[in-house]
Amino acid sequence: MQTYDLEADGLRGLNAALQSQTGDTNQTSWEIVNPKGSHAIAVGLDAPIEVNVKGSTGYYCAGMNKLATVNVHGSAGPGVAENMMSGIVTIEGDASQYAGATGHGGTLVIKGNASSRCGISIKGIDIIVHGNVGHMSAFMAQSGNLVVCGDAGDAFGDSIYEARLFVKGSVKSLGADCVEKEMRDEHIELLRDLLERGGCDAKPEEFKRYGSARQLYNFKVDNAY
Amino acid sequence: MRTEGNTGVKTRNENGPPKTAPIQSATFSNSINAEIRRAAATGLYDIRGGGAKRRVPQFDDLLFLGASVSRYPLEGYRERCDTNVTLGTRYAKKPIVLDIPITIAGMSFGALSGPAKEALGRGASAAGTSTTTGDGGMTPEERGHSEKLVYQYLPSRYGMNPDDLRKADAIEIVVGQGAKPGGGGMLLGQKISDRVAEMRNLPTGIDQRSACRHPDWTGPDDLEIKILELREIMAWEKPIYVKVGGTRPYYDTALAVKAGADVVVLDGMQGGTAATQDVFIEHVGLPTLACIRPAVQALQDLGVHREVQLVVSGGIRTGADVAKAMALGADAVAIGTAALIALGDNDPKWEEEYQKLGTTTGAYDDWHEGQDPAGITTQDPVLQARLNPIEAGQRLRNYLNVMTLEAQTIARACGHNHLHNLEPEDLCALTMEAAAMARVPLAGTDWWPGKSGTGF
Ligand SMILES: Cc1cc2nc3c(=O)[nH]c(=O)nc-3n(C[C@H](O)[C@H](O)[C@H](O)COP(=O)(O)O)c2cc1C
Repeated sequence: MQTYDLEADGLRGLNAALQSQTGDTNQTSWEIVNPKGSHAIAVGLDAPIEVNVKGSTGYYCAGMNKLATVNVHGSAGPGVAENMMSGIVTIEGDASQYAGATGHGGTLVIKGNASSRCGISIKGIDIIVHGNVGHMSAFMAQSGNLVVCGDAGDAFGDSIYEARLFVKGSVKSLGADCVEKEMRDEHIELLRDLLERGGCDAKPEEFKRYGSARQLYNFKVDNAY
Repeated sequence: MRTEGNTGVKTRNENGPPKTAPIQSATFSNSINAEIRRAAATGLYDIRGGGAKRRVPQFDDLLFLGASVSRYPLEGYRERCDTNVTLGTRYAKKPIVLDIPITIAGMSFGALSGPAKEALGRGASAAGTSTTTGDGGMTPEERGHSEKLVYQYLPSRYGMNPDDLRKADAIEIVVGQGAKPGGGGMLLGQKISDRVAEMRNLPTGIDQRSACRHPDWTGPDDLEIKILELREIMAWEKPIYVKVGGTRPYYDTALAVKAGADVVVLDGMQGGTAATQDVFIEHVGLPTLACIRPAVQALQDLGVHREVQLVVSGGIRTGADVAKAMALGADAVAIGTAALIALGDNDPKWEEEYQKLGTTTGAYDDWHEGQDPAGITTQDPVLQARLNPIEAGQRLRNYLNVMTLEAQTIARACGHNHLHNLEPEDLCALTMEAAAMARVPLAGTDWWPGKSGTGF
């Protein structure tokens, strides 16, 4: 295992070391100590390595991640795993705003709560949140899945496209064009898998599904704003 | 003349008072009235492409003084007058080196056809300059045909991925566009072909609107961290541009610099767009001419003029425009609409087809409908096959060469051996408005409105 002291050795050295790992690296396991809320930790990774961040992170931890597994043993600042392509990012604590924003693939697991705009504009990522999500979550979400084991805040799924949203608790209010949808067997199966990957013990049958009413897909007199 | 049947009664005019000619209202003009009727019939606002069509103070309102006794000129064809520019010298390990200071602005695949994007890449590369992607991601065609490609990082993040990021020669974070500062993109269903839909991860055929705000940052302090992240992902190699629409150019430029931009791209209200509301295009934003001096002032106040490069766009058409923008302090310019016209947009040879679409050469702006006779702003396979990307690329190269030669002609006449040596002192203004906006003297005077130390 490689250990990197971020406070002592700096951000550039860390990301350069992590980004230079290739598919056949032997240095598959990394531990980052003293993260102290730094921004842009472990961004742009492109190899199947495991990175454990021993503490909380600032903005954009694991941004644009590909293939890597990144575990934050603390809480994560805004935009964690933004635009992730593949791999797994797990936050042991809470996540701030825009968690998983625009993610194209991979899995983001948040063991605590997520703040506002969780899963904004997602394009294929799977996000599993053990706690609650804040307002405007899944805004303009295009595809992928957002699972919320707690409650969702205001304007949930506003202007949503084809992403699927599952919530176990309450939804404070639904955003424009977001509606509750029938939970069919295929959704139960999908959700079972998501919950398992997210390490949640909730039962898929306890969730409700939300998605697009598809009423904003074409400009009309009443929605041309 | 009114005749009253065949009763033999004389027309009113002969005995009555003299008739006056009908007078059209300047307020309720026929075109305004037609728009009111159109709105009343459809209940929808008008969407179109292009930039502001109204007249605003612009580069034609400025003149160069040229050399005389007090300054001497350079020989027209022989003496050296350089045109090269390097963008991204502030932080990037690999700045972009261009032969000419005229770049091709960001225009999306989706808004433009594949052959049009290819032609832009070919023409720009042949002329020694860069092209830019747009909303919708990077296509292999444009990467392949563009020697230097700037990859836009937009609010929608359609097609955004780290592999293309690493393939790009520079990144342009788009905050806004001159045609619609404060608005996002639009691409109507007619143009969301299967390929466009797949690149954007959207259902085919929907009317797509792009977000107007970035999803994961708000404000200049966040932007600084976002730029840090992008630099870390790209190992501090590639320049990062920040593109803003012309609204508050002094503060936007200053904040972009503070956030860490290598290059500021400033797009005035005449700047084209692929599609947005007409009301937005015509009524929001500052004329390009009014943007440049405040932006340059911001760079100077921060001590980074020339270190952080300023690229100006919005209504650049000729070498004279290029020279004027540079004399006011820009390091380079970008063109969108003019490049499309060089490729063949609004060409009179399609007049018959423009007529069928209810328009005419020069006025065709329904680019969002995807029926462009010239095959440029369309995804229709039959129409886009009309554009030969090799020939269109050659036309663009020729046009870029002509603009460069024109700008050099002016620079030499003013006695400069590099386009960057053009300065505001080379200029005068024909109107009070232009004098005030460009902060150069009204022709024949040494005064402009707002000049410090004067009474106004
Ligand atoms: C067809 C078309 C598509 C455009 N697409 C984009 C885009 O995707 N992103 C962007 O930042 N600007 C876009 N623009 C604006 C241009 O980048 C540029 O700011 C503008 O065209 C400059 O003004 P000009 O057209 O007068 O040269 C587009 C413009 C046109 C004409």
